[in-house]
Amino acid sequence: MVDVLVENLNLWFGNAHILKNIRLDIYDNKVTALIGPSGCGKSTLIRCFNRMNDFIENVKIEGRILIDNEDIYNEKSDVFDLRSRVGMVFQKPNPFPKSIYENLVYGLKIKGIKKKSVLEERAEKSLKQAGLWIEVKDRLHSSAFSLSGGQQQRLCIARALATEPEILLLDEPTSALDPKSSNKIEELLLELKNSVTIIIVTHNFSQAGRVSDYTAFLYLGEIVEYGKTDKLFTVPKDKRTEEFLTGRFG
Amino acid sequence: MKKHSVKKTNDTVFYIIITLASVSSVFILFGIILSIFSQGLKLFNSYNFLDFITGLNWYPVYDPPDFGILPIIAGSLLITSLTIIIAVPFSIATAVYISEIAKPHEKEILKPVIEVLASIPSVIYGLFGMAVFAPFIQKLLNLKTGFNAFTASIILGIMIIPIISSISEDAINAVPMNLREASYALGATKWETIFKVVLPAAKSGIITSVILGIGRAIGETMVVLMVAGNSAVIPKTIFDSVRPMTSTLASEMGETPVGSTHYYALFAIAAVLFVITLILNFIIGLIRGSLKTRHNN
Repeated sequence: MVDVLVENLNLWFGNAHILKNIRLDIYDNKVTALIGPSGCGKSTLIRCFNRMNDFIENVKIEGRILIDNEDIYNEKSDVFDLRSRVGMVFQKPNPFPKSIYENLVYGLKIKGIKKKSVLEERAEKSLKQAGLWIEVKDRLHSSAFSLSGGQQQRLCIARALATEPEILLLDEPTSALDPKSSNKIEELLLELKNSVTIIIVTHNFSQAGRVSDYTAFLYLGEIVEYGKTDKLFTVPKDKRTEEFLTGRFG
Repeated sequence: MKKHSVKKTNDTVFYIIITLASVSSVFILFGIILSIFSQGLKLFNSYNFLDFITGLNWYPVYDPPDFGILPIIAGSLLITSLTIIIAVPFSIATAVYISEIAKPHEKEILKPVIEVLASIPSVIYGLFGMAVFAPFIQKLLNLKTGFNAFTASIILGIMIIPIISSISEDAINAVPMNLREASYALGATKWETIFKVVLPAAKSGIITSVILGIGRAIGETMVVLMVAGNSAVIPKTIFDSVRPMTSTLASEMGETPVGSTHYYALFAIAAVLFVITLILNFIIGLIRGSLKTRHNN
């Protein structure tokens, strides 16, 4: 089933045309990877799904992104509600300078959930989903900064999962981590896709190969090729995809 | 060979000059401490320490004289706390506005204006308070006198807003952008992000700025001398005239015979003031220290 539909999306920063006629169907409970060389627009594209580009001055967006058949760029669409339904994990782990627990319940408190039993239950559930529960269950109230980098990133994943989003966006989530922590997060994504649709930007295409079901190859703001990951990696249709995958540019 | 030795001599000379310059400030500090405390402590040869700290009457030229500084300390505390109550909300609001809300061109106007506010000499603030603001407050609130703790605190508050807001603003700016992004990405609004993430993350810098502001308020002399009303009585309301420690020193020191008990009593007040500011500095040091260890972890 299609969960997210991108239709003729164009995006400009000032006069720079960053995303050109993007068309993309993103499937339910699958991992979709966005790959491409630096500056191809993949980070900008992933930030369209939760409207994080809204903060940039002089940004102009045309086209539609439908989530559950609703255009998120519609004037009536509630951006704050959107962001609690579409979680995001960033390149560098960015826990708040608060306790582990306070990090986890932040999004829930923002939504107005105050009941302690609900907060605690969701915190535990999301930590378990992120594979962090056993490591931190005895120190939920110590600072999030006391965790290692890899643990911090899994805390950020748990924090994004706590509001029970339908979609999880990950913008190069392992680029600041060591290989062991990266592996852990990759394993995690394979489990998570049972409960949430995942879109991941990655620099590292062997990572895309390992974790994703579908891959979109972006080049100069356009989607050059989009399809099942195994097909795209083994028999790329476009010459540019082949050149990128064999390391001739990027 | 000769050239080389000239170079070496120059090197040594500069080394000595720079070392002397930096070491001299340490000597100056200890010189000041020594002179204040040695003179101030002489008071207690002839006057009881407890009477000095808790006495209600400051009658230095009576016979026998009274050197009770409780009303003077009360004056300082009242003005300082009022000033902080007035200045802190304004300063933090200003800092938040400049760093989080203002458009670039608004920033370009606001920041220099606040800097100018900081560069106005305190005597000009005093003059303004004396000639314009005190009469205005007197009329507005129908008071016996406009020269009181309230008026002085407002003027002092305006004076320290630039100090607190500029340091708070630095602290707010130092909060990494990715924390704000994390908050927005979880569905928070701008205000929720400011109150729940940005300000708590900038907390220690903001507290430091407030303590620096307290230090400035308690040590400021000219404005209180000109506007606070100069009455060494424990204030009952915020609209009473008061005389803080600083203005007592400034107004009486010039007319006091060197070596008299009154002279030593003024030094003792200076010592009290010095200890208070030292404690404030110490607290700032503690905050910075705890911040450092937290970051290292």
